[in-house]
Amino acid sequence: MSAVLDPHGHAAGDHGHDDHAHDHHPHGWRRWVYATNHKDIGTLYLLFSFTMFLFGGVLALLIRAELFQPGLQIVNPQLFNQLTTMHGLIMVFGAIMPAFVGFANWMVPLQIGAADMAFARMNNLSFWLLIPAGLTLVGSFFMPGGAPAAGWTLYAPLTLQMGPSMDAGIFAMHILGASSIMGSINIIVTILNMRAPGMTLMKMPMFCWTWLITAYLLIAVMPVLAGAITMTLTDRHFGTSFFNPAGGGDPVMYQHIFWFFGHPEVYIMILPAFGIISHIVPAFARKRLFGYTSMVYATSSIAILSFIVWAHHMFTTGMPVTGQLFFMYATMLIAVPTGVKVFNWIATMWRGSMTFETPMLFAVGFIFVFTMGGFTGLILSVAPVDIQLQDTYYVVAHFHYVLVAGSLYAMFAGFYYWAPKWTGVMYNESRGKIHFWLSLIFFNVTFFPMHFLGLAGMPRRYADYPMQFADFNALATIGAFGFGLTQVYFFFFIVIPCMRGKGEKAPQRPWEAAEGLEWEVPSPAPFHTFETPPKLNASATKVIG
Amino acid sequence: MMKMTKSLCQSLCRRAGQFSLAIGATLVTSAAMAVNSLPGGPAVNQLDLHPPVTQIAVEQQWLHNFMMILCLVIFFAVFGVMFYSIFKHRKSKGHKASNFHESVKVEIAWTVVPFIIVIFMALPATKAVVAMKDTSSADLTIKATGIQWKWGYDYLKGEGEGIGFVSTLDVSQREMSDAGKPSGDDYLLKVDNPLVVPVNKKVRIITTATDVIHAFMVPSFGIKQDAIPGFVRDTWFRATKTGDFYGQCAELCGKEHAYMPIHVKVVSAEDYSKWVDGKMKEAAAKADDPNKLWVLADLVARGEKVYAGTCAACHQANGKGGGPIKPLDGAAVVLDADKTKQIHVLLNGQNNGAMPSWKQLSDTELAAVITYTKNNWSNKTGQVVQPAEVAAARK
Repeated sequence: MSAVLDPHGHAAGDHGHDDHAHDHHPHGWRRWVYATNHKDIGTLYLLFSFTMFLFGGVLALLIRAELFQPGLQIVNPQLFNQLTTMHGLIMVFGAIMPAFVGFANWMVPLQIGAADMAFARMNNLSFWLLIPAGLTLVGSFFMPGGAPAAGWTLYAPLTLQMGPSMDAGIFAMHILGASSIMGSINIIVTILNMRAPGMTLMKMPMFCWTWLITAYLLIAVMPVLAGAITMTLTDRHFGTSFFNPAGGGDPVMYQHIFWFFGHPEVYIMILPAFGIISHIVPAFARKRLFGYTSMVYATSSIAILSFIVWAHHMFTTGMPVTGQLFFMYATMLIAVPTGVKVFNWIATMWRGSMTFETPMLFAVGFIFVFTMGGFTGLILSVAPVDIQLQDTYYVVAHFHYVLVAGSLYAMFAGFYYWAPKWTGVMYNESRGKIHFWLSLIFFNVTFFPMHFLGLAGMPRRYADYPMQFADFNALATIGAFGFGLTQVYFFFFIVIPCMRGKGEKAPQRPWEAAEGLEWEVPSPAPFHTFETPPKLNASATKVIG
Repeated sequence: MMKMTKSLCQSLCRRAGQFSLAIGATLVTSAAMAVNSLPGGPAVNQLDLHPPVTQIAVEQQWLHNFMMILCLVIFFAVFGVMFYSIFKHRKSKGHKASNFHESVKVEIAWTVVPFIIVIFMALPATKAVVAMKDTSSADLTIKATGIQWKWGYDYLKGEGEGIGFVSTLDVSQREMSDAGKPSGDDYLLKVDNPLVVPVNKKVRIITTATDVIHAFMVPSFGIKQDAIPGFVRDTWFRATKTGDFYGQCAELCGKEHAYMPIHVKVVSAEDYSKWVDGKMKEAAAKADDPNKLWVLADLVARGEKVYAGTCAACHQANGKGGGPIKPLDGAAVVLDADKTKQIHVLLNGQNNGAMPSWKQLSDTELAAVITYTKNNWSNKTGQVVQPAEVAAARK
């Protein structure tokens, strides 16, 4: 069974399903509410995260519309702060993280030759927990005083001044954290215990490797976030003073705890993207991934380093010299393993036999634009320069280069690469190319000018700004609307047709040189796959008998 | 070589700026947006850091250029290879895929070389960090206090010791913002009382805050230091030029975050001494006799000024407040016959600091503003709060 809207083809009945005979799962709404199948749950995750992505995108467009011109035209400053806060929270916790879990649900069992995820019912719970959490986040706009407006970082003691929606937000984050931890446990156990015989760890696909490491990061840091926001909650209501200076608390301590979570969190949002890219580049270069072993080591190094760099987000809080130096050096070190990954991808492309279907376009776009975000990260790591750029639009540009051009592009690449397997039909190639080029152009029109704004000292989270910044802001707004419309185009003209089964029927191997067990099952992938452990060839990329 | 790359980069930047300016100019419909660069503040479509006015800012700019050049060189080298490969190694050009996929030597090389480059980058940065953090032996020490949403400046040590004032965004700026009709080169940067400092003197800024975290930033000086409630932090600058320099609050501090700019006036040593003299005389003349008994009309007139400067940002000129901000017009605590209730709120704040404490205002100012709110808009209590009553409530 596939990720199609009407799997039994009563309405769009022009495509057959050869697996009806073995079809013993619930139907109708029960299929989704009681879902225990990793493919169904993966689909749910992806649809949920795309919905949240569009909602977060609307918030972003409201922000950009207000910033189109200096002066307040559309929203008041209080609502503006709510928009920036909720845009961040929803995109991070509602869109990017669940989307990668969706990819993991779909692909990890298929890639390791397992029948399903290890804990099928917990899998169901970790998805359905997202719904109340997402509704709470979205609904916070309608609570008295509006949504939380303290920034997605929820710095104390500003959080103490927030209305009741802050508590709702904290509750939602707790639920999302619980969901993430369950999802991570599931992924770790699945990967460690359920690989098909013969697939040793060092023969495992890169996407599984990056997710394995990501899952450990999640388990390590989500409780830290939970601790920080719980302390915020008790400061707000139960008379504690963890972060409240009026009672002897330390607001900077909040930042230390938050960023101890927050920095690994940014790698949680990028490592699975590295995994996806590491499949697509070899497939379309028709050449094996260069330096598989070093890719695994580089990913692990990035994960380990991510725990000792957190205070580079806090250079302006006033750390001692030694503190600034340590965090500056540690942060600069991250450039080394990240560089190794980029070099490996380019070496994979080198002297290959490349074609540029949409997945490859997004993958190359990812490498190119993400690296620009990597370089601005390196510049920001230099503490004296960071003093100038901290909390300006330069930082906004930097993290959108790594999160939009990084994580989001990788997910688009992954969608185009695996959608034939999910839906059983090929997406429309020219529409995919339109989606890529418009995304690439509008992304850069939106975020490139922000580097200049940041260098010129325009602070972030400002509802209004001096008039000298007007032109670049207008340009960024135009780009943002273009980017937003492009994603609507993607949904209605690419995703929906695929899900309705419209399009050329996908062969089992839609890509000439793609390797891995997911291409050993028919397209669309049947409801149940690898019910008995497959026998693998020596490189664990093919099923033999 | 480095110089060439730099000038090339600058001219490219300028081109890109002109190009986007052209797009911007055609697309921004409002014609009333003519604006000039503000010396010491942002320039129109500025592409780089502010022209530096302190040694630290010079070093920061050098470091930024140095990093930019290194990054650009690496960027063009790496992506030169990638795009060469993309154009040459295509299936459509009949290129056959090779089979290599591992080389320990190459892997070691591209791990070690970036490591060395990173060390090369860290060395000059280290020197700058150490210089930046040295706040010792300052000529003048000023405390900058972040208050929602204004800056309080207290001259603690050095010439001018004892001067203290609050610096607020010029009222007309906030009105223009609300109306959506901004104008002026110093839009959102104009304050009532700029911070005045002497040129070529080491000025140490101690930051703190009364409510939430703010950040004191002046790009031309290369400083940005969070102002943290309950804690003190410091930074320093030695301005090498006289003139006006501007910055804004750089840490999200609530609704009016965009409306608490910083304006530093750097003046010559003589002008600074004159300014200090003037301030001292002003302070002596302005000092209120806390035991004076005021009549209603005088106190209301005085209170109106205090209200406009301190309270109107949140509670609005019409006393209606808005959103989470409570109205004063018709408020129970304002109308209450027991005057101590309102005095208590002003001295101690309310709702976890959403209404901050205003105990830094003088007894006369507090008495005046309370009397004003009790006898303005629809509030017609006829009550007069004397400074002595506030003084009594402080104990």
